[in-house]
Amino acid sequence: MSADTDTKDQVAALGEKYKYGFVTDIEMDKAPKGLNADIVRFISAKKDEPEWMLEWRLAAFRRWGEMTEPNWARLRYNKIDYQDAYYYAAPKSTEKYKDLDEVDPKLLETYKKLGIPLSEQKMLAGVAVDAVFDSVSVATTFKGKLNEAGVIFCPMSEAIRDYSDLVRKYLGTVVPVTDNFFATLNSAVFSDGTFVYVPKGVRCPMELSTYFRINASQTGQFERTLIVADEGSYVSYLEGCTAPMRDENQLHAAVVELVALEGAEIKYSTVQNWYPGDENGKGGIYNFVTKRGDCRGARSKISWTQVETGSAITWKYPSCILRGDDSVGEFYSIAITNNYQQADTGTKMIHLGKNTRSRIISKGISAGKAQNTYRGLVSVHAKAANARNYTQCDSLLIGSQCGAHTVPYIESRNPTARLEHEATTSKIAEDQLFYCLQRGLTAEEAVALIVNGFCKEVLQQLPMEFAVEAQKLVGISLEGSVG
Amino acid sequence: MLEIKNLHANVGDKEILKGLTLTIETGKVHAIMGPNGSGKSTLSYVLAGREGYTVTAGSITYNGEDLLALKTEERAAKRIFLAMQYPVEIPGVTTMNFLKTALNAQRRARGESEYDAISILKLVRAKARVLQVNEEMLKRALNVGFSGGEKKRLEILQMSLFEPKLAVLDETDSGLDIDALKLVAEGVNALRSPERSMLVITHYQRLLDYIVPDRIHVLANGRMVAEGGKELAHELEATGYGDLGKVPA
Ligand SMILES: Nc1ncnc2c1ncn2[C@@H]1O[C@H](COP(=O)(O)OP(=O)(O)O)[C@@H](O)[C@H]1O
Ligand SMILES: [Mg+2]
Repeated sequence: MSADTDTKDQVAALGEKYKYGFVTDIEMDKAPKGLNADIVRFISAKKDEPEWMLEWRLAAFRRWGEMTEPNWARLRYNKIDYQDAYYYAAPKSTEKYKDLDEVDPKLLETYKKLGIPLSEQKMLAGVAVDAVFDSVSVATTFKGKLNEAGVIFCPMSEAIRDYSDLVRKYLGTVVPVTDNFFATLNSAVFSDGTFVYVPKGVRCPMELSTYFRINASQTGQFERTLIVADEGSYVSYLEGCTAPMRDENQLHAAVVELVALEGAEIKYSTVQNWYPGDENGKGGIYNFVTKRGDCRGARSKISWTQVETGSAITWKYPSCILRGDDSVGEFYSIAITNNYQQADTGTKMIHLGKNTRSRIISKGISAGKAQNTYRGLVSVHAKAANARNYTQCDSLLIGSQCGAHTVPYIESRNPTARLEHEATTSKIAEDQLFYCLQRGLTAEEAVALIVNGFCKEVLQQLPMEFAVEAQKLVGISLEGSVG
Repeated sequence: MLEIKNLHANVGDKEILKGLTLTIETGKVHAIMGPNGSGKSTLSYVLAGREGYTVTAGSITYNGEDLLALKTEERAAKRIFLAMQYPVEIPGVTTMNFLKTALNAQRRARGESEYDAISILKLVRAKARVLQVNEEMLKRALNVGFSGGEKKRLEILQMSLFEPKLAVLDETDSGLDIDALKLVAEGVNALRSPERSMLVITHYQRLLDYIVPDRIHVLANGRMVAEGGKELAHELEATGYGDLGKVPA
C-alpha cells in the first residue's frame, strides 16, 4: 500500500466532507474553535496525510479524552479551556502586518537588542516579507549540501508524505501516544514540526536550525519533531524560539523525539524565548512540552542543552533513556524566570543499559515574583551495572520575592551505581553588584554579567552563534529585576 | 578637584562619619590614616556611591559638580576609581571579559566609541606586563582563587586601564608581603600624574614609605583630627593613634 494512494484516497474522502463542513473556514485556512474528532480529521486532511497518520491521530484523540491534566508540578495557572482554542489556524501573532511600524515597539526593541537582522525581524514579527530575502538563497545551498550527504531535513508534514515509512517506523516510539496528557493532545492535533534523518556513518555537514525552516513555513503551537540518527552518525540541531507571541495565555504543547542508534550522537539545543507575559503576569505562553531521547544503540549519546527564558509557564523535562550499553545522556539547562513567570523543568535519566553515564547541570535563576523549580529523576534499573550520574543544581535568586526549589528523585536498583548530587542556592551579592557598578557597569549590565557567569557551564555547550544570542537574552530577560 | 565639607554619613541607622572635611587638589596624593573602625572605608564607599551609605548632611564637590547627585556608575564614568580593600569574586566571568565590559561601559557613558576585543586585549596586555599580571590570570574568573597579591595587582591594573582623575585606594597594602607591596606601590607611583589625584587609605605607615603622599590626614571617630606633611606618618608610628580616637564627637 503506497503512501501516495493512501494520501489521495484520504484527501478525496475528507475533501468532500470538509467542503460541506467548514466551507468558509477552509477559505480562511482555519478550523472552527474547539476540539473534536472532525477537527483532527480536518488537520490531517489539510496536510494530505496518509491514512495511518489519521488513524494514529484519532487514536490519540480518543485516548486524550480519557486523560486528566496533570497537576503535580509546582505551577499555578488558570484552568485551560481546551474547547476555547483554535487547533488549526494562523495564530493571532502571526497575522501579517503591512509595515514594521504596526508592530509593538517593545517587540522590535527586543529584536534589536538581540541583533537580529531587519529581514528576520520582519519575519519574526509576522510582517509580510516580499518575495526573496537573503535566507532563501541560504536555504537553497543548504538543502543541496544536505542532499549530498543524504540527510533528510524537512517539515514534519512533508516527511509524513514523502518519507512515510521512516516516520512511521519511529514516530511515537520514544514518546508513546499515551505518554502524558499534553503529549497525547499533541499526537492528535500536531500542526507541523521538523523531521531529521541522518544516515549511517554520516556526520551532518552543518548545524541544523529551525530558523531556516521557519522562514519557509510557519510552525504552529503543537510542533512535532522527530530526529533519527542512524548508526555511527552525528547531528547537532538548534531550535530557536525567539518569536515571542503576544496572545493571551496561548498553549504551546510540543513533542520532540530523538532516536540515537548504535554509536550515534545527537546534540539538541534550544533557546526558548516565547512571550513571558507582562510585568503584572498578564498573558504569556503556557509551554507544556515533552522532549525525550532514546539512546537505543550501544555507545550512543544524546545531549540536551536548553536556555529557557520565555513563557509564563514552563513544564518541560527533556529526558534520556539510556538503553544501549555504554550510552551517555546529558542535560544542560538554564531556566530564567522574572516577574510572574513560573518554570518547573528538569530531566529524567533512565539508566537501562550497562555502563551508562549521565550528567545533569541545571542553573535556575529567579527574579521578581517568579518561581523556579528543578525537578529531576535519575533512575538506575537492575541491569544497569556500573551506571554513573552526576547532578549539579544551582539556583540564583535576585531579590527577595522569588522562589527556587529543587526536587531531585533518585532510584537505584543496582548496587554498582554511583550517583552524585550537588545543589547550591545563592543570591547576587550586594558587594558583587557594587563592584561592577564602581567599575562603570549599570545595574542591568552587572546582573547580566553575573548571571552569565553563573550560567557559563551551560552556555559553553551551545554552538557559538547561539551562545552569543543566548548571552544577550539572559540580560534582556532579567531587565527590571534590580534597582 | 575634590571638596568634602562637613560630611555626615550613616550606615543603616548608625552615624559613622561625623562632620568630615577634606580638600584635595588636582595631581596631589593625600593619605588618610586612622585606627580600625574610624570610618576610612565608609568614606571611600560614600565617595564611590555605594548603596546603604547615606549622606545625612554636608556636601561633596567633584570638579565643580555635586558628586552626591550622581549614580555609582556615573561616578565611575567620570573617572572616580576605588581600589577596594576586598576585591570581589565573580565566578564564571573571565577577568579579561570583565575589563572589556567595564571599560566599554564607561566609554559608552562618556559618549566615546567602544573598543573591540582585539584593541582591548592589546591595551590590557601592555598594562598587565608592567604589573606582572600574566596572561593566564586574565583568562581566569575575576578574582576567583586569586592570591591577595594578585587581587591587589588586578585592582591597580584596572586603575591603570580606566585612567581615573580621582583614585581612592583602600588598604591596598593589607595582606601583602613586602615584595608584593613594593610591586603594587611601583604600579601606583607609575600612575602618579599632574592630572590625577589620589586618596591613599591605610592604617599602617608602611605603605607610605613607598607611596609618599603630599598630605596626610588622620581620621578618628568619623572626623579628621590631625593633618600634616609626609613626616606625620612617622610621628604617628612613634606615638600611635593613642587618644586621637577619643576626640569628642
Ligand atoms: N554594613 C555596616 N553595618 C553596620 N556598621 C558598619 C557597617 N560597615 C561598617 N560599619 C561600622 O562603621 C564603622 C566604620 O567602619 P569602616 O568605615 O569600615 O572603618 P575603617 O575602614 O576605618 O576600619 C565601624 O564601627 C564599623 O563597625
Ligand atoms: Mg576599612
